[in-house]
Amino acid sequence: MSVDKDTVRRIARLARLSVPESRLEPMAGELNGIFQWVEMLGEVNVEGVPAMTSVVAQKLKWRADIVTDGGQADALLANAPEGADHFFVVPKVVE
Amino acid sequence: MSDLVSMTLAEARDAVRAKKISSRELTGAFVAAIEQARPLNAYITETADRALAMADAADKRIAAGTPGALEGLPLAIKDLFCTKGVRTTAASRILGDFVPPYESTVTQNLWDAGAVMLGKTNLDEFAMGSSNETSAFGPVLNPWRAQDSNQNLVPGGSSGGSSAAVAADLCLAATGTDTGGSIRQPAAVTGRVGLKPTYGRCSRFGIVAFASSLDQAGPMTKTVRDAAILLTSMASVDPKDSASVDLAVPDCEKLLDGGIKGLRVGIPKEYRVEGAAAETDALWSKGADWLKAQGAEIVEVSLPHTKYALPTYYIVAPAEASSNLARYDGVRFGHRAKDVRDIIDLYEKSRGEGFGAEVQRRILIGTYVLSAGYYDAYYARAQKLRTLIKRDFDQAYEKCDVLLTPATPSPAFAVGAKTTDPLEMYLQDVFTVTVNLAGLPGITVPAGLTANGLPLGLQLIGKAFDEGVLLRAALALETAADFKHSPAKWWTA
Repeated sequence: MSVDKDTVRRIARLARLSVPESRLEPMAGELNGIFQWVEMLGEVNVEGVPAMTSVVAQKLKWRADIVTDGGQADALLANAPEGADHFFVVPKVVE
Repeated sequence: MSDLVSMTLAEARDAVRAKKISSRELTGAFVAAIEQARPLNAYITETADRALAMADAADKRIAAGTPGALEGLPLAIKDLFCTKGVRTTAASRILGDFVPPYESTVTQNLWDAGAVMLGKTNLDEFAMGSSNETSAFGPVLNPWRAQDSNQNLVPGGSSGGSSAAVAADLCLAATGTDTGGSIRQPAAVTGRVGLKPTYGRCSRFGIVAFASSLDQAGPMTKTVRDAAILLTSMASVDPKDSASVDLAVPDCEKLLDGGIKGLRVGIPKEYRVEGAAAETDALWSKGADWLKAQGAEIVEVSLPHTKYALPTYYIVAPAEASSNLARYDGVRFGHRAKDVRDIIDLYEKSRGEGFGAEVQRRILIGTYVLSAGYYDAYYARAQKLRTLIKRDFDQAYEKCDVLLTPATPSPAFAVGAKTTDPLEMYLQDVFTVTVNLAGLPGITVPAGLTANGLPLGLQLIGKAFDEGVLLRAALALETAADFKHSPAKWWTA
């Protein structure tokens, strides 16, 4: 499988990452180098091998469904690039 | 004053507790040393005022007879740990002037034990790198230089600011995080000790996430004893981290006693890789001899899937990273692009401007391997390989108690030497990355110098949650190696 310029443009869009037109071609080259290297995983027979889901033998913990924290709107908004009246401000999303 | 900063954590603890020195004196000495060492670029943010205030508070607790385990001891914190009220950057432009409104569990544990924060150390952006050269705040210089050379070397990565700070006596010890080797590799190339605990030992809460199934915090110290002391305070069972394991944290310093008589030390033959320096191999054999001389039994073992570990890692880690880094969108915190057309444009431009080249590359790899049509071929297969890699270790541990391997393929390299080809940089982690994939504890210990005077380390890998045996073996290695070298302080001239 080989990654071309259009593929980079497509995955950059999926990743919500602007990659300048001039960087698409070099990036395709870099990604191809990496994907060619990981191709070696194809030589391993993984038939019947379970995918790892947890590296330590522990069940995911349950906790009581209760509120443990909250009422901190000011702290949450403190780092917002733009905020107003306890809201995050973004460009208009509905016409 | 140089005596104060060159103390080990254990020595300083005992001196402060016995009131031979005050935390204020000790902290003041480090603040001065940090100011002089700015050319190394080890710290992104220095917090001298806060450090001195914390030291005064510590001195009061000592006077009152209520010292904590790390009372008054000045530490450096990798700038990946969120610290309440102190800017946290992950060495990325995208976090802008982010000031966390909360404290990471690991650092909270340290302050609860009485430790003093000297500042936040530099790192590869989002901990993605092995040389500290991807930082938006510039590279860190290794305090070590080759004999008769003025060439600047890298301090390893991603915890390169922490490794440089420990090696240059700019803190008693430091915190690091390790996703593929980011504690152990930088510690090894700066002649110091780096310990990655078992996955689940230290809480991930409040640590900027890179690859959640691999990330683990740990100590970077001058000695094995110091690593045991610091780990005891860093680790905890934390309800805020769902992967935190319900196992009581032992007093790791006590686990150091007992020696290694009868310990079975495995030598994995697959770790003899092409391209590793001859000195690396020679040191490895020497390390086995040292342990044998202290009563250990050396056993040859096999970890047949070792060569697949790095490519597996470069699917799993970017996949998790692309998901974790989706939160940086220019809306709730961090950098926000100006002059945008609409919300999508805001996301794309903010992220394009905020993330550096290596982080972008990994986001794209991760997005690709998780995308429709490629998921099974890449991500699902990598997760199966991870099972096989872990199984290798399970089988090896039927024959041995701990594994001995080289720490890095080579000593510290020159700044700029490996920045053109990403693959060449990735190979730095060839000996360390398997440990993360299998969730095991690993430690690197300084073991010798190359012919031109640069430090080389050896790595020990333990069984899950068996940090005791790991630390005992590390202490045995440290005792035999008797590594007493420190870099010349050329930066103060």
